[in-house]
Amino acid sequence: MAGPVQSIERAAAILRLLAGGPRRLGLGEVAASLGLAKGTAHGILRTLQHVDFVEQDEATGKYQLGAALLHLGTSYLDVNELRSRSLNWADALAARSGESVRLGTPLEGSVLIVHHVFRPDDTFQTLDVGALLPLHASSLGKVLLAYGTAITEPAQQPELEAYTRHTLVDPRQLAQALAEIRDLGWAAEVQEMSMGEAGLAAPIRGHGGLVVGAIGLSGPVERICDSHNRPRPHLITLIREAARAISRDLGATRW
Amino acid sequence: MVERYVMSIDQGTNSTRCILFDHRGRLVSVAQKPHQQHFPRPGWVEHDALEIWHNLQRAVPEALSDVGVGTDQVAAVGLANQRETTVLWDRRTGAPLGRAIVWQDTRTAPLVEDLLQRPGEEFFEERCSLPPSTYFSALRVRWLFDHVKGLQERAQDGEVLFGTMETWLIWNLTGGADGGLHITDVTNASRTMLMNTRTLTWDGELLEFFGVPRPMLPEIRSSAETYGEARALLPGVLITAALGDQQAALFGQTCFSPGEAKCTYGTGGFLLLNTGNELVRSRHGLLTTIGYKIGDQQPVYALEGSIAVTGALVQWFRDRLGMISSAAEIETLARTVEDNGGCYIVPAFSGLFAPHWRSDARGVIVGLTSYITKGHLARAVLEATGWQTREVVDAMNADSSVAIEQLKVDGGMTADNLLMQFVADVLDVPVVRPMVAETVSLGAAYAAGLAAGYWPDLEVLRRNWHRAAQWLPDMDPALRESEYDNWKRAVERSLGWVRAPESS
Repeated sequence: MAGPVQSIERAAAILRLLAGGPRRLGLGEVAASLGLAKGTAHGILRTLQHVDFVEQDEATGKYQLGAALLHLGTSYLDVNELRSRSLNWADALAARSGESVRLGTPLEGSVLIVHHVFRPDDTFQTLDVGALLPLHASSLGKVLLAYGTAITEPAQQPELEAYTRHTLVDPRQLAQALAEIRDLGWAAEVQEMSMGEAGLAAPIRGHGGLVVGAIGLSGPVERICDSHNRPRPHLITLIREAARAISRDLGATRW
Repeated sequence: MVERYVMSIDQGTNSTRCILFDHRGRLVSVAQKPHQQHFPRPGWVEHDALEIWHNLQRAVPEALSDVGVGTDQVAAVGLANQRETTVLWDRRTGAPLGRAIVWQDTRTAPLVEDLLQRPGEEFFEERCSLPPSTYFSALRVRWLFDHVKGLQERAQDGEVLFGTMETWLIWNLTGGADGGLHITDVTNASRTMLMNTRTLTWDGELLEFFGVPRPMLPEIRSSAETYGEARALLPGVLITAALGDQQAALFGQTCFSPGEAKCTYGTGGFLLLNTGNELVRSRHGLLTTIGYKIGDQQPVYALEGSIAVTGALVQWFRDRLGMISSAAEIETLARTVEDNGGCYIVPAFSGLFAPHWRSDARGVIVGLTSYITKGHLARAVLEATGWQTREVVDAMNADSSVAIEQLKVDGGMTADNLLMQFVADVLDVPVVRPMVAETVSLGAAYAAGLAAGYWPDLEVLRRNWHRAAQWLPDMDPALRESEYDNWKRAVERSLGWVRAPESS
């Protein structure tokens, strides 16, 4: 039997991306979200359009799911499956970084914590699994936003809530930060949710490169960042390694 | 300074793994080689001991080269192994005499029945603290003598060696037919039915009873002490520890004090409680076993309660009923409902183990009404593991002078938050998961590193242990009691289902 066909995996990833929210996406956004070349993304979108799985808005040229797909339904990676597959890597990340580790997936305009590993210092800590974090003010949330896994809904949230004076509340500033995250491959949050705290996160990819969740670590700002409030490079390396290892386990061959 | 590591070899039921750990007990590299399972007849399970030795010869170099570590950087090596699996081999050629008979193999069931009749449980329990069961190695040796012509005579003449897997691997690592060490450790020896659990030596009366000649038996050593230098594979590296896998997990979870307990949740569940230097004989259906023995210190005893079906029930739900597509989805399905809806599943697929020991029990699902959905069934699947754990913990608390105050858990099912919370709820004690999930390998490494002076004492190992997660009890006591009562009534309904075949 032949192995999986890459273009079909990518097509599935594009469909999941488009299914992620009500907003239509342009070719550039689709390509950037999945880390594909524009030409590749365009070819797949045209094919999907051909089979009525995708529709293109004539006026704007943006894409949305086609009517034929609405009856197929959608399925995401089960969050408990994600935790189970991430367990060893999340433990290793906590052990090596000395910080607490969390995994997040999108849920109704927030980040849902699906896994939590304590900071390895045996102080009293309580499991955060099931708790919600704001998308725009957490490193996990910013990863999910940057890769189109979650979207902020302007209709529901006319204004982005300011948790501290560092929270990104200006949509343009946020959009710029998200573009930077896509370039770098990781996200930082420095005192944007609460003063004195910081976090780093990287995307977890499934088949076809679709980002299915984010893994992050967080702790006091002086431990996460250097004296210039810049994230410490060795922590970034650790978190990207963990994210890549989980992604490989989930079948994202290129990461 | 060049970093040094401790190597752990975990010879398990499905694979042989080689893992390197650093000073802080963190996993540095892993190599794993699965081996073939042979099922020549219903109830028979065999492994090829040579295949396992060859797998180790591939796994060790791989674990080293993956991280660019040389044998000179290995401070010591320790072994953990599937317990009770029995292999006999030729002392002169090193060739196994047939395949190894695996712990799951039930070919000795008729012999167990005979032994329970005569001389009866008491004879054995006084000496080796174990009741006759198909698990233990002595029965397999007896079976081989009865079925392989001339084997017993050759064994008497000193041509045949007996061992469990750690014995086989250590013998090969230290030179094999050319002067290899023929040794076992107290934890493995305690699962043969041939060792006296008080003297920690081979018991003359048991040897005579089973007809096992002394020359074929390995020397019994401590779990952690310098056995000797490896000559093959890791030339010059000291071999300094060996433990049965469940005892290794107890050690890896740093359950060093009386009253500390761990439970490994895999296909089945294995709960071990440290009872200190006191040999506790169970009156509530648990096994007495050696926990570990460090150097010339007093042995540490343990009570063991094994649950036959824990993760296996989730697998059944997935593979036989097709209600979920992966094991982790059981939690998703269970969370679609608030409670079990009055439904209970007793997974007595092949009878009930500790503390009931009822081979006539079979699985039941009770409390079915038209209200029950597959979500309720999923809850009942997870709750079955929780209540079975509670039954074993109750038995341990009844047998031991120290009550369990928290349960350390490991194994694949610890990824299931709903289950872990439920275990904490029904036990009414905190449930904690350590940061290193590989507790079996870690335990062998800890024992080896301790004997080699890589780690100075148990306190340092304790400090290496870190909580990765903790679940605190949060259940109304009245609800806990009424649910436990329901579970017990469900268990009653599983008993006595299998009838003895009618004599014609």
